Amino acid sequence: MNIFELLANDYTLRVVSLGSAMLGFVSGIVGSFAVLKKQGLLGDAVSHASLPGIAIMFILIQTKSTEIFMLGALIAGLLATALINVIVKYSRIKMDSAMALILSVFFGFGLVLLTYIQKIPNANQAGLEKFIFGQASTLLRRDIYLILVISILLISLIVIFWKEFKIVTFDADFADSIGISSKKISYILSSMIVLSIIIGLQSVGVILMSALLVAPGVAARQWTNKLSVMVILAGSFGAVSGLVGTLISSSMQKMPTGPSIVLVISLIVFISITMSPNRGILWRYVRQIKHQSDINEDQVLLNLYDLAMNHKNLYHSHDITAIKPMKTQGGKKLKHLKNILGNLQDKGLVKEEQIEAWAITEDGLSYIMKHPMRKEENDVTSN
Amino acid sequence: MSNETRFVVDVEDMTVAYHIKPVLWDVDLKVPKGVLMAIVGPNGAGKSTLLKAMLNLIKPISGRVLFNGESYEDQRKHIGYVPQRGSVDWDFPTTVLDVVLMGRYGHIGWIKRSSSKDKELAMIALKKVAMEDFYNRQISQLSGGQQQRVFLARALVQDADIYFMDEPFQGVDAKTEKAVIEILKDLRKHGKTVVVVHHDLQTVKDYFDWVTLINTQLIASGPVDEVFTEDNLRKAYRSTGKILKG
Repeated sequence: MNIFELLANDYTLRVVSLGSAMLGFVSGIVGSFAVLKKQGLLGDAVSHASLPGIAIMFILIQTKSTEIFMLGALIAGLLATALINVIVKYSRIKMDSAMALILSVFFGFGLVLLTYIQKIPNANQAGLEKFIFGQASTLLRRDIYLILVISILLISLIVIFWKEFKIVTFDADFADSIGISSKKISYILSSMIVLSIIIGLQSVGVILMSALLVAPGVAARQWTNKLSVMVILAGSFGAVSGLVGTLISSSMQKMPTGPSIVLVISLIVFISITMSPNRGILWRYVRQIKHQSDINEDQVLLNLYDLAMNHKNLYHSHDITAIKPMKTQGGKKLKHLKNILGNLQDKGLVKEEQIEAWAITEDGLSYIMKHPMRKEENDVTSN
Repeated sequence: MSNETRFVVDVEDMTVAYHIKPVLWDVDLKVPKGVLMAIVGPNGAGKSTLLKAMLNLIKPISGRVLFNGESYEDQRKHIGYVPQRGSVDWDFPTTVLDVVLMGRYGHIGWIKRSSSKDKELAMIALKKVAMEDFYNRQISQLSGGQQQRVFLARALVQDADIYFMDEPFQGVDAKTEKAVIEILKDLRKHGKTVVVVHHDLQTVKDYFDWVTLINTQLIASGPVDEVFTEDNLRKAYRSTGKILKG
C-alpha cells in the first residue's frame, strides 16, 4: 500500500505521525478521566474557545509561532472555563447552556478575527485557517518536541496523582472528607484537559480536538471494568487513530488531519459500542434472546412436569396441545413450541415418544427439582 | 471540664443557605460520646446539609463545628463518612475491594499506593459486612443493599472514632438493614459515636439511643426516650414557615 511506502520514504511524515500518535495517546489517557467525570463537553468548549486566542496572538506578533499560539489558546481556553464557571455560579443558567453559549461566542469571535486577518496584507497569515480542521503536516520538529514534553508532563501527573484522581472522580465528597481536596484535584485535572487540547490544536483543529479527547475513553470503557486498563486502552486507541488518521490525511491531497483522525476513532468507538463483550449492544442483545429462550424452555418443561405430576405414569407422553406454556396457542406459537421442545430434547430433558406427544425424562425431572419457579404443591417426589 | 469532653461533636450557630433561602438556621447541637444518634426531619429539612456542613463539605454562612474541641482538619483521621449511596456513579470502572481501599487513602498519603496491610484491613472490613466473597466484583453488578454495605466497609476501614452516615437505610433490603444496624450497634459497643441521617420514624426507637429532630431549625436533641415525643415530632413535621413565626 502506498501509505506504508510513504511512511518508509518520508522522514517528515514519520516524525509527524509519531507526534500525532503521541498526541492521541496522551489525549486518550487524560480524556478517560474527562469521560468518567462527565466533563467531555468541557473539552469541546475549551477547544472551540481557543480560536480567538490564537488569532489575537497572530494580530499581536504578526508572525507564526506555535508556542505563542499555544499560549494564546491556553489563555482563551482558561478564560472560557472561568466564564462558564462564573455564569453557572452567579446566574440560574445551567452548565450545558453556559458551555454552549461560551463555546459559540468564542468560536464566532475567532472566525471574525480570522476573516479580518486574511484581509491584512501579510504573507505570514497563510495557513492560519488550518487551525480550524488541523493539519499535522504543518507540525515542525520543534512543535513535536513541545508535544512530547507536555505529554511526558501530563503522563507523569497521572502516575503521581493516580489515587487522588481515582477517588475524586468516583466520590468527590468522600475524598474531601478524608482530606483529599476535590477542588484542587479537579483543578489539576481540568488544567491537564486544557493542556492536552492545546497541544492538539495544530494537528487536529479546534473543532474536532475534543473528539480525540473523549472518544478513546468512551471506546475503552466498553472493553474493561478496570480503571488502569481503561486508561491504557484509551491511550492506545488514541495513538492508533492519531497515527492512522495522519497517514490517511497525508496520502490524500488537501485532506485535513482532524477529520481523518476522527473518522478512525469513530470506527473504533462504533466497534467498541456494538461488539465489545458484556457492554456491547450486540452481545447484550444476543444474551437477552438467550435468556428469553431459556425462560421459555423452562416454562414448557415446568408445564410438562405439572402434567407428569398429575398422571400415574411420570414418563407418560402428553399431546403437544396439552403442553401450553400460555393460555392461547395459535399456529405460529405452536411451531415455536415445537422448536422449544426440540431444543429441550437436544438437551435430553424431554423425549418425543410418539408424533406430537412428549414426555419428560429423568434428567428433565432432576432439572426441574432444582428450578426456583417449581410450584411446591405439586411436589410429590420429596415426600 | 469533664462536661466539655463528654461531647465529641459540638455544632455552634450553624447557618447554611443555598442562594437566599436558609436550609439550616442557627443550629446548636452537641453529640455525646458513644451514642447512636439519628438526625430526623421531613424532606428538605436540612438533614443531609447538616451532616455535610459538620464535615466541612459545605461552607456555612456562619457557625463552627468542633470535634473533641478541635477543628475538622485536626480530627479528620478520627472521622469516618458514609455518603448517600446515590451520590456516586456505580458504573465507575472499579472493584469492591478498590472502593473499600479508598477508605485508607487518607492514611496512605500522597503518591504512595495501598499496601498489603491496607488490603488486609479492607478484607476484614468486607468480612464484617458479609461482602468478602464479592471483593473482586465489579461495582456496577452490585444490588442497592450490597452497594450500601461496600460503602459501610469503606468507612469501617477508616478506623474512625466518630462516624457520619447519610441515609444508610435508604432503599436497602431487609437483610442489609439488619446487617447495617448490627454493625452500628457494634461500633457503639466499642465506644464509637455514630451519627445517622434517618428518615424512617418507625425504627428510630429500636435502632437509636439519641435523636436530633430538625426542620431548618433545631427542634430538639437528646435521648430518644425524652426527645422523640409526639409533641416534638409535630413541631418538626410542621411547615418551616410556621415555626419561624413562632
